[in-house]
Amino acid sequence: MTTTYAFLGEFGDALQFIFQGETTREGAEVGGSQFLDLTWEHLKLSGVSMAIACAISIPLGLWLGHIRRGSFLAISLSNVGRAVPSLALIAFFVAYLGTGFANLTLSLVLLAIPPILTNTYVSVTQVERDTVDAARGMGMTGAEIVRKVELPLALPLIFGGIRISAVNVIATATIAPLAGINTLGDPIINVSGYGDTGRLAAAICVAALAIFTELTLGAVQRAVTPAGLKLEPDTASRRMRIRFGREATT
Amino acid sequence: MLDLIAQVQIQDRSSGDASCVADNGFCPSWIVDNLNRYTDPLLQHVYLTIVSLAIGFAISFGLALIAHRRRWLVAPITQITGVLYTLPSIAVFFLLLPITGRGNTTAIIALVAYSLLIIFRNIIAGLDNVPAETKDAGRGMGLTDRQLLWRVELPLALPEILAGLRIAATTTVGLATLAFFAGAGGLGERIFEDIVFKSNVVTAGALAVLLAAAFDVVILIVQRAVTPWARARAS
Repeated sequence: MTTTYAFLGEFGDALQFIFQGETTREGAEVGGSQFLDLTWEHLKLSGVSMAIACAISIPLGLWLGHIRRGSFLAISLSNVGRAVPSLALIAFFVAYLGTGFANLTLSLVLLAIPPILTNTYVSVTQVERDTVDAARGMGMTGAEIVRKVELPLALPLIFGGIRISAVNVIATATIAPLAGINTLGDPIINVSGYGDTGRLAAAICVAALAIFTELTLGAVQRAVTPAGLKLEPDTASRRMRIRFGREATT
Repeated sequence: MLDLIAQVQIQDRSSGDASCVADNGFCPSWIVDNLNRYTDPLLQHVYLTIVSLAIGFAISFGLALIAHRRRWLVAPITQITGVLYTLPSIAVFFLLLPITGRGNTTAIIALVAYSLLIIFRNIIAGLDNVPAETKDAGRGMGLTDRQLLWRVELPLALPEILAGLRIAATTTVGLATLAFFAGAGGLGERIFEDIVFKSNVVTAGALAVLLAAAFDVVILIVQRAVTPWARARAS
């Protein structure tokens, strides 16, 4: 019973730390409004990295998918990306380029590109050939096909990639203090100024931020899905089967 | 913490080309001389990955079999494992500390939680992709539901199941580099100890990437071995 109370107590202390803050023995204000600054830095770093990663990988993925080339690059990039630990990537940049916002952003961009690029590429190549041919038959140019046909049909999956990257970037921005940028990971990396309570408080904030990002982008993903694609995938494939006379007895 | 890092630097850099090491450079001779420093972290890393994958697979497999019979469970299980997947593991390590304390247990719980969604989704997808005609043929031969599952559906779903395991393995190796925050060691600890020393960062980072690649290749070989029909069809 005592242990249960104790662990509830630690979480309670952490929540108090987040909302009210504490004054350390050295007289520094930690927690409370100082956490807002850390959160802002966290969001700024993640936002800038995501914006750059999107600006690079979405056009590239659309183009590669449109000309249906470079599948090896687009697919293996995401495999390689998964195998490189984020800590190793950031450490590599710190060791070779040094600390600072720009270098850190660059490493997060590299981390964010593979899921977005692969998803964009795959979703464009999955647009049915017939649909693209129909668009071309209507007299659309290549650029129009990309903008009016392939991009709308690919959007849900592209946002799927953005979601994966964004959550990953938010998580990785937690170790940004290693590169000298004080995000919400500051209490985790530099424990001495905050103590265990501050560290737990930071973990709660990072987890909440990741869940919030996931939910927000999920809502955006649903909002950008064209109405015609909102049919249940199950229903769609079943209809196809019925149409082609292959429906099994269910 | 700074004391610790300083101490480690003095210890770590005792041998090799002195000027290169003092410059935090990339020194092949230092790496060769000090490779044994990375043996224990590497073994810890392998241990964390294998144990987490085994537990993660067992749980996902059980969940998938239940959800395969009771379809309505697929959505809630996907949502719950989705939340676990979304939670940054570094945060989970610290959220678990007050409950499970420092050590392997905390790290493994977090790594397992992360792998569930990946494996579960692939098992369900694999089972769903078994052609209805094949299942009908099995039923026509008089197989019961259980026989159908173990003799027809699961073997045919194996490529997708193992593909999920490969993704889970590479991600788990990556996340295990953060396991030292939970006090479970691993290659990440070496990286963290001396992040400005190029030789150290490159060696530990390369070992982590190679480990991920090794897991990927091993599971791929297993996949080839247990699904000979897939190769026969391709050739």
